[in-house]
Amino acid sequence: MADWVAACAADDIEEEDVIRFDHEGRSFAIYRSEDSDYYATDGFCTHERVHLADGLVMGAVIECPKHNGRFDYTSGKAKKTPACVDLRTYPVKVEAGTVYIQVD
Amino acid sequence: MNAFGMVIVGAGETGARAAEQLREQGWTGKITLVGKEKEAPYERPPLSKAALLAEETPTPVYVAREERLGELNVDWIAGSVAVRIDRSAHAVHLEDGRAVPYERLLLATGASPRRLAMEGADLSGALCLRTFADALAIRERLVPGNRVLIVGAGFIGLEVAASARERGCEVTVLEVGPRILMRVLPPEIAAIVEERHRRAGIAFKLGTGIVGAAREGAWHAIKLADGEVLRGDTLIVGIGAAPETALAAESGLAIDNGIAADERLATSDPDIFAAGDCCSFPHRLYGGRRFRLEAWRNAVDQGIHAAKSMLGETAPYEAVPWFWSDQYDLTLQVAGLSHDATSTATRQSAGNTIVFHQDGAGRLLAASGVGAPSLAKDIRVSEMLIARQAVLDPAKLADPDVKLKSLLAD
Ligand SMILES: Cc1cc2nc3c(=O)[nH]c(=O)nc-3n(C[C@H](O)[C@H](O)[C@H](O)COP(=O)(O)OP(=O)(O)OC[C@H]3O[C@@H](n4cnc5c(N)ncnc54)[C@H](O)[C@@H]3O)c2cc1C
Ligand code: FES
Repeated sequence: MADWVAACAADDIEEEDVIRFDHEGRSFAIYRSEDSDYYATDGFCTHERVHLADGLVMGAVIECPKHNGRFDYTSGKAKKTPACVDLRTYPVKVEAGTVYIQVD
Repeated sequence: MNAFGMVIVGAGETGARAAEQLREQGWTGKITLVGKEKEAPYERPPLSKAALLAEETPTPVYVAREERLGELNVDWIAGSVAVRIDRSAHAVHLEDGRAVPYERLLLATGASPRRLAMEGADLSGALCLRTFADALAIRERLVPGNRVLIVGAGFIGLEVAASARERGCEVTVLEVGPRILMRVLPPEIAAIVEERHRRAGIAFKLGTGIVGAAREGAWHAIKLADGEVLRGDTLIVGIGAAPETALAAESGLAIDNGIAADERLATSDPDIFAAGDCCSFPHRLYGGRRFRLEAWRNAVDQGIHAAKSMLGETAPYEAVPWFWSDQYDLTLQVAGLSHDATSTATRQSAGNTIVFHQDGAGRLLAASGVGAPSLAKDIRVSEMLIARQAVLDPAKLADPDVKLKSLLAD
């Protein structure tokens, strides 16, 4: 059964930004959109092992800091080369000011 | 124009990216990649960082492995030096006597480390760092307690210093300039980097030239202008690199601080292109001023751009220059070029320091930052602002409560 894990406080992330969350040897990127919707994906880029939390969020897009590959973080879809493999996404919920992600 | 094919001289970062891009653009004709080194194209940035720190003997991080070049149907001639270009016959002559005909030729010959030139000094055994083999030789010397002298406080010298220190060596860095990173970073940023190195235990000798160098048995002795003599068992020289222009110059191509290319990266011969560390090119964002860059992203992007130009595209290369360096837990990043800046504004937030360089009209020319990897976000926004030639209020740039991203909307 997949577990909900508390990742951070909702206001730990600025609007249109991303932070890193590590859990049991895995690393995730947690996003807050301009409209304060929250999303989660795998932390590392699918191109090379570079963390996306250091990348720039623009609208629904996260840009990898290394080669500027881009992903839609709401769906995980790779949007711009050299990123061509989609990112895995995870369900997210916010309860009482805490962001939870569902990991398996 | 399929008959002769595309030829690339220099199988480094730029050469490999260009070969890949030619295929990506749909070029189905012949591609020949000629490289002096025997290794398949590999990344140089790890050579002063991960490769020196590796517990086990490292392997190169490849840009394109041999199998990949095979997949791309690239004819890779390894361990071979191109010695002459016969421009009228459209052929590149190799050291071993072979002639490789070309329709279009790309020179991606990179740069070579400058050596200490000193009368009477036996500098055999002074190491420098450009190739994977150089990195292995240096790594072998980085054993705990070893006394390492590093000449030059530029990026490579300082990255090697950090790596050597992390491996337990006693490190002294010598620099003739009054401070570290003189050519590339503003004093506020350099001071933070210097302080980090001092905290790690690096000794600096700044503002003193070297007047002599000698071998004393296993020791290297360096005599400074102020009379002091420093001894170490390893001497590493990082005093910059000179563009590899010999082949181009010999064949009569224009040279101007590198192989002179135009904004498409074509040389003075329209069938010959140049890209990466070996070339200089005029940059529109800086009034058409000519620059030569030694930076990884530029090598990648120019390789890609030159490939398109070889296939007939006419777009100018105008990417905002971007450079990074890692030393200890510090990340340094620079976007843009600050040569023409007349003022600076400094922003401090979340442990990161960014200096913005503006011209007299308030236009953002460059941003230099030091701090944690999260710095990348603000430098990326700066890069976009520089590309737009945005005129910005220095007070806003300096104010950490003003989101940089919000300035994109202005
Ligand atoms: C130790 C080190 C660390 C670095 N770290 C960073 C960093 O942190 N950040 C950053 O932005 N940049 C960094 N750089 C810079 C970056 O690696 C270079 O800008 C990039 O490698 C340049 O690519 P290039 O293809 O132009 O040249 P190179 O990669 O040097 O490739 C040129 C190749 O051409 C070959 N060649 C030359 N002449 C001939 C000939 N006549 N015939 C056949 N072959 C020839 C050479 O042997 C070489 O293999 C670093 C460089 C070094 C050396
Ligand atoms: S590592 Fe993310 S695009 Fe290359």
